[in-house]
Amino acid sequence: MRKSTLLCAVSLAVVLASPAVAQELTIGVSAEPSALDPHYHNLGPNNAMRRHMFEALVLTDENQRLSPGLAASYEPVDDTTWEFKLREGVKFHDGSPFTARDVVFTVCRIPTVENSPSSFTVYTKAIAGMEVKDPHTLIIKTDSPYPLLPNEAASWGILSATANGVTGDIGFSRDGCSGIDSYPKTEDFNSGKAAVGTGMYKFKEFTRGEKVVLARNDDYWGDKGEWATVTFRPITSDGPRVAALLAGDVDLIENPPLQDLERIKSEGFQVAQGLSNRVIYLHLDHEGEPSPGITGTDKNPLKDIRVRKALSMAINRDAIVERIMNGVAVPAGELLPQGMFGTTPGAEAEKYNPEGAKKLLAEAGYPDGFGLTIGSPNDRYINDAQVTQAVAQMLTRIGIQTQVDAVTASTFFKRRNAFEFSVYLAGWGAATGEMSSPLRALVATPDKAKGYGGTNAGRYSNPEMDTLIDQALATVDDDKREALLQQASQVVIQDYGILPLHFEVTPWAFRKGLSFVPRVDQYTLALGVKPAG
Amino acid sequence: MLVYLLRRLGQSLFVIAAMAVLVFIGVFAIGNPIDILISPDADQAEMAAAMARLGLDKPLWEQFLIFIKNALQGDLGRSFVYSTDALGLILSKLPATLELAFLALIFAVFLGVPLGMIAGLKPNSIVGKSIMAGSIMGFSLPNFWQGMMLILLFAVIFKVLPSGGRGDTVQVFGVAVSFLTLDGLSHMLLPAINLALFKTSLVIRLARAGTREASLQDYVKFARAKGLSQRRIVLVHILKNILIPVVTVLGLELGNMIAFAVVTETVFAWPGMGKLLIDSIQLLDRPVVVAYLMLTVFMFIIINLAVDMLYCVLDPRVRLSEVRA
Repeated sequence: MRKSTLLCAVSLAVVLASPAVAQELTIGVSAEPSALDPHYHNLGPNNAMRRHMFEALVLTDENQRLSPGLAASYEPVDDTTWEFKLREGVKFHDGSPFTARDVVFTVCRIPTVENSPSSFTVYTKAIAGMEVKDPHTLIIKTDSPYPLLPNEAASWGILSATANGVTGDIGFSRDGCSGIDSYPKTEDFNSGKAAVGTGMYKFKEFTRGEKVVLARNDDYWGDKGEWATVTFRPITSDGPRVAALLAGDVDLIENPPLQDLERIKSEGFQVAQGLSNRVIYLHLDHEGEPSPGITGTDKNPLKDIRVRKALSMAINRDAIVERIMNGVAVPAGELLPQGMFGTTPGAEAEKYNPEGAKKLLAEAGYPDGFGLTIGSPNDRYINDAQVTQAVAQMLTRIGIQTQVDAVTASTFFKRRNAFEFSVYLAGWGAATGEMSSPLRALVATPDKAKGYGGTNAGRYSNPEMDTLIDQALATVDDDKREALLQQASQVVIQDYGILPLHFEVTPWAFRKGLSFVPRVDQYTLALGVKPAG
Repeated sequence: MLVYLLRRLGQSLFVIAAMAVLVFIGVFAIGNPIDILISPDADQAEMAAAMARLGLDKPLWEQFLIFIKNALQGDLGRSFVYSTDALGLILSKLPATLELAFLALIFAVFLGVPLGMIAGLKPNSIVGKSIMAGSIMGFSLPNFWQGMMLILLFAVIFKVLPSGGRGDTVQVFGVAVSFLTLDGLSHMLLPAINLALFKTSLVIRLARAGTREASLQDYVKFARAKGLSQRRIVLVHILKNILIPVVTVLGLELGNMIAFAVVTETVFAWPGMGKLLIDSIQLLDRPVVVAYLMLTVFMFIIINLAVDMLYCVLDPRVRLSEVRA
């Protein structure tokens, strides 16, 4: 008897430890969302998780192109007015119907989230007024022409007003809406109480640090989900995450280390790779005189365009991609990969030309170069410190004696924001998927009122480009706006205001029998995982 | 006894206060949490607003005073990342860590003491020498490497045990525990072994040294002369006398296993406190780091007190009033 119980127990353990049975999907993620509240923390893992449960009016596909979501269509009525026609027949997880009032409720809630470390108000602050024309028609007004409204609407996870106790109409106001008694708290989403959206999957279980379990929404308005349950398990270290995949404990993992990709393939697993919207760049000090990280001269040589061009020409981007990124990256000639909104067709990465670089340096009055220290994080981007090391060696080869100062991300950001680096390496992922995002943040002249230059720690300033961005952001017509953004982008690139190095390529690894659609925004979504065949 | 406890309490309060100042200033110096937490999309105005929401716009001394004021009322602050009570967050991870630490402790005691005694009683035999050689391995192989090898062997190659995570849990008095389910136990086994390897080696060495020393003592010779069985000599007279150093060291090591099982918990994705600590340090979640270290200090104080009490039981000659902490 005892023996048979033991045997039974052992076989049970084996069953439990074996790969998940069909209809169940387990994903090993490298970072867990800090909350399930769709409006609490505007950060990758949260935004990715949100999409399963809470949908937005506008969807972004795997290339970050916009497509209708909960809004069946949308268009500008005039320069400052947008009309959203909402999809009919959509139901929330609790059965209540989706109407325009829910959108107003959601936008009203966003500024009220308590203790938000990164608020979604950046995506709602342009809204001056909202008006429910009929239950499925919503009018949104902005102060000035605001072409990015649909991009931003793609980030509002829509909540149900009814499920949160709203009975009458809601009056929208920037300073607090009327008709709402109370908003759900962040904890209510983590416990599942308020986690009521329209998404393809619904909340089942959340244990922090352990797992998020979602169940299929059988009343979903579109194509139903492929999986009865989806489990996300946070496995933060790379090695154990790969091991969990190899052991069959999880079906799919994100961010496998580049050096392990061969091994994973050789064990019979599959790897999917997709170009990301994240550019790795070098930013240069355009203001310091002398600049803190430069030795051997009292001046700031980086103010001379010939020196900046020489730096760019000295970097062998192909070698970095080949040797350091194991081929899993693409050399960059702009701040967004080709094909995305606002990029210039055919814009290529700077050609490697060390001789030309030396000549330019001599012309600029630095035949013997100078000393330079490059700042870099060492745990933020893929192989970041190694890339900086390689750049340093390449610059040393043309006579600029370069040292690397690589530190952990938290310290790096602190020092970068204090302008301690003459040259630094960092990355930028364009959340809106179009050119105004990197231009506005990285190279526009810092201006608090306009929200420009928030990450421009090189203090690059070019009035010509600022004007072009101003114009682009006030142009609702897509073609005209794209032309302006292309122009603005080329102004910076030809001025060597910032040196793009490469675009990260994001890898995913998964077991045989699955198919996965890589995404430009680097999100790992169960929505894109299907049984192959 | 009472005087001793009071003095001990006074010392502890001082240590806790000193710790609070050091940790608070230390974490402040690393960087600004907002740089890590905020979406890069946020403009300067939103950045300032987020700083204000988290109270980071105030000068260091003011933030510290607010922290002390709240701490005296038992509130160690709110996590910047999770927006929940920091102490509550840590305590919610405590059961997972405790069950792992105790399982590892059981391994360490019930493997380490007997093996160490065998090695001590038969120091020149092959068995004794192999035990000692094994313990050197346990000492010198890095913890994370041991963990990866365990995963590779049992999860990837033989596929008999899961590679990480916590498995099924059951609620006992409202607390989720793994050790009562078979699946949970299978998830605990590898991390517990990983955590126990070093401690077991340590216990083996202590037990061996103690046994060798005790075997030569007069009371053992006398017991033997009196005609007591070898079994009784070893299990009663020697065992009891070698336990004092073992208990001391295990007490401290237990504290270490609970507070700083960072490597094991990270490698096995075990959702315990050590994992929380390392994540919080990386995200500069200052309230959690401070609360965590305060709690750790408190725990070490309690454990040391318990160890001192145990001495009393094990060795009647020890009086607590004589022990200088």
